[in-house]
Amino acid sequence: MTAPLLLSVWLGGRSAGPDGYVRAAVDAAAWEGLAAGCAAGSHDLSALWADGDRMCMALNDADRGLRAIAALATEQGAYPSVGRHHAPAVRLERAMRDLYGTRPLGLADMRPWLDHGRWPGRGDRPAYAFLPAEGEGLHQIPVGPVHAGIIEPGHFRFTANGETVVRLEERLGYVHKGVESLMAGAPVETAARIVGRISGDSTVAYAWAFARAVEMALGWSVPPRAILLRGVMAELERMAHHIGDVGAICNDASVLAIHAQCAVQREDVLATSAACFGHRLMMDRVVPGGVAADLSAEGIGQVRGLLRRLAETRAEILRVYESMPSLQDRTVTTGIVSAELVRQYAAGGFVGRASGRAFDVRGSFAYAPYDDVALAIRTRTAGDVDARLLVRLDEIEDSVAIVERLLSRLAPGPVRGERPPVAEGEGAALVEAFRGDVFVAVRLGVDGRVAHAHARDASWFQWPLLEAAVEGNIVADFPLCNKSFNCSYSGHDL
Amino acid sequence: MRTFLRDALLKGKATVAAPAPDGVALEEVARALAERARRRLGRSLSIREVDAGSCNGCELEIHALNNPVYDVERFGLKFVASPRHADVLMVTGPVTWNMREALLRTYDATPAPKWVVAVGDCAVDCGVFAGSPAIVGRLADILPVDLHVGGCPPPPIEMVKGLLALMEAPVLPR
Ligand code: SF4
Repeated sequence: MTAPLLLSVWLGGRSAGPDGYVRAAVDAAAWEGLAAGCAAGSHDLSALWADGDRMCMALNDADRGLRAIAALATEQGAYPSVGRHHAPAVRLERAMRDLYGTRPLGLADMRPWLDHGRWPGRGDRPAYAFLPAEGEGLHQIPVGPVHAGIIEPGHFRFTANGETVVRLEERLGYVHKGVESLMAGAPVETAARIVGRISGDSTVAYAWAFARAVEMALGWSVPPRAILLRGVMAELERMAHHIGDVGAICNDASVLAIHAQCAVQREDVLATSAACFGHRLMMDRVVPGGVAADLSAEGIGQVRGLLRRLAETRAEILRVYESMPSLQDRTVTTGIVSAELVRQYAAGGFVGRASGRAFDVRGSFAYAPYDDVALAIRTRTAGDVDARLLVRLDEIEDSVAIVERLLSRLAPGPVRGERPPVAEGEGAALVEAFRGDVFVAVRLGVDGRVAHAHARDASWFQWPLLEAAVEGNIVADFPLCNKSFNCSYSGHDL
Repeated sequence: MRTFLRDALLKGKATVAAPAPDGVALEEVARALAERARRRLGRSLSIREVDAGSCNGCELEIHALNNPVYDVERFGLKFVASPRHADVLMVTGPVTWNMREALLRTYDATPAPKWVVAVGDCAVDCGVFAGSPAIVGRLADILPVDLHVGGCPPPPIEMVKGLLALMEAPVLPR
C-alpha cells in the first residue's frame, strides 16, 4: 500500500496562482501518495480529469486553506489509478476512460460508465454487468431510464428482500451531451453559454464558476457591482430550488398543502428573477468579466419584497413541518448517510452538511462577495431526509440575510470589465451551487479560445451516497431519499 | 397548517388567467391534426413527458405548469406516469445517443392517435448542443413532431399557449 502524502507537505513552499490553486506536475509516486492521502482523510479529492496527455487531480484541504491541482503525464493514456486507493474516484476514472481512452492502471472496476455502446463509430458493448446481489428471497426491481414523473432519465437497479432494499445500483449517462468536446476550441462566450446549460438548475453557479476560471486565467477584473449582482442571482437560484425541493419532499409524503405553498413561492422567486434580470432561471446573465443584466432601482425593491415573503413562508413551512408527526414519521431516520461516508466522499452541499461536514465554498474558500457576508456554516448531524430538509430551510434563512446585505452594498457603476489583451492561461474555480460545490477548470489557448474545459458537479460525490442511504430502507421511501438529495443527472452525465 | 388554510381562503386564487392559444402553434397544430382523429380525444389531453437529453431547465418549467399559478389541469391537460395512458409525448433535450432507444420505445408504447410536442430549443434545433458527437439530432429527425415550442427554456405561459393550441385547433376538412 502506498504511504499517504500530505497535501501540505507536498506543496512545501509553493505559492498559489491568482485563482488560489497551486499547480504542479507530479511523478507517479507522488500521484499515488496524494491519492492515498485522500483515502487517509488528510485532504479531499475535488476533481479528476483528463486534459490532453495529462491527468489532473484537484485537491482541497479546507482546514489549512489549501487547494492544488496535480498533473501527471500519462504514458499513452496509462496512469496509476486513483480509484484503487480512493473509491470516490472510481466513477470519475471510468468516465474519463470512456471519453478520452485514458487507462487507470490497477482499477478493478473497468466497466464503462458514460459510454452505453451507442456512440457512432464506437461499436456495441456487451450488456452492462450490474453487481450481483444474491440470496434467498431477493428480487430485482429495474426502474428507468424513463421514470414515472417529470424528471431526468437514469436507471436504478434495486435488489430487495420483500419491501426492504438490500442494494441499489445506479446507472447513469443517459443525458451525456458531450459538453467538453463542444467547448474545446470554442470562443469563451460560446463556452460560457454551454457551461450555463450543464445543469439548468445551477446555471448561475456554473456560469459563475466558468467566468471566474476565465477571469483568473486572463487577469480580467470584474467591477464590484457585478460581483454583488452575481451573489444576488446565485442566492435567488439557491432559494428557488431549495424551496421547490422542500415542497417535493413533502409531496412524496403526501402533504400536498406544503407542496402547493412551496410551488407558489418558488414561482414567486422565478417571476421576480425574470422581472429583475430578464430570465426566469437567469441563464446567460453571468458572463466572463461581469454580468449581462443590471438591477434597476425598481428591481431592488422587487427583490426586497420577495425576501420578505420568502422569510414568512419559510417560517410558516417550518412551523407546519414540525407540527406534523405523520410527515416527520416519513423523514426522520429515513435515508441516513454516515458522517464517515460524507467525509470520504467529500460530499458537498446539504448532503454533506446534514451529516456534519462543515464545508461550504462560500465560507470554506470564500470568494467575493462572500468574503464579506459573515456566513456561518450550519450543519446537522442526523444525516437523514429530515436533516437534509432542515439544512435547506436553514439555508433559505441565510440566503435572505445574505441578499439583504449584498443589496445594501450596491453602489452605481459598470457591470462588466474590459477583456484584457492576454489570450493564454489556465484558471480554476470552485463555486457553491444550491446542491453543493461546482468545480470548473479552463485552459485557454494562444488564440484566446478554450483549449480544454472541465466541469465537475457536486453530484459526482453525492450519487454514490444515495446508494448507501437507501440500503435497508423500504422501496416506498426511495422517492423521499432521492428528492432529499436531488442529484443532477445532466450535470453528472456532461 | 391553519395559517396555510386561512391564507388560501383569504388571499384568493394564485392562478393566472388563461392565455390565448399561440397563433403560430395553432397553424402548425391544425396542419398536424387535420390528418388524424381529432374527435376521439375530446377536450382533454394526457401528457407523458420524456427528457431525451435536457439540461433539466425545460423540466423545471414543465413542473411549473402544475403549480397553482398555471394549474394546467383546469384546461384538461394532465401529466401521466405511463406512455400507455398518454395522448401526447412532450419531449425535451437534444436527443442523445444514449436516450434514443428509450425515447423510441416510449413512443411505441404510446397508443395511437398520438401527438409529439418538442419543448425547448434543444428539442427544436439542438440549441447550444448542436454539433455534439454525443447527440443524434433534432427531435424531428427521430420522431414526427406536431408542435414546436421554442425557448431556452420556454416560459410556462408559452407552453400553455402551445398546449391550448393543441386542444383548440380547428379540425380542418380532409
Ligand atoms: S432548451 Fe435550454 S433549458 Fe431546455 S434543455 Fe435545452 S438548454 Fe436546457
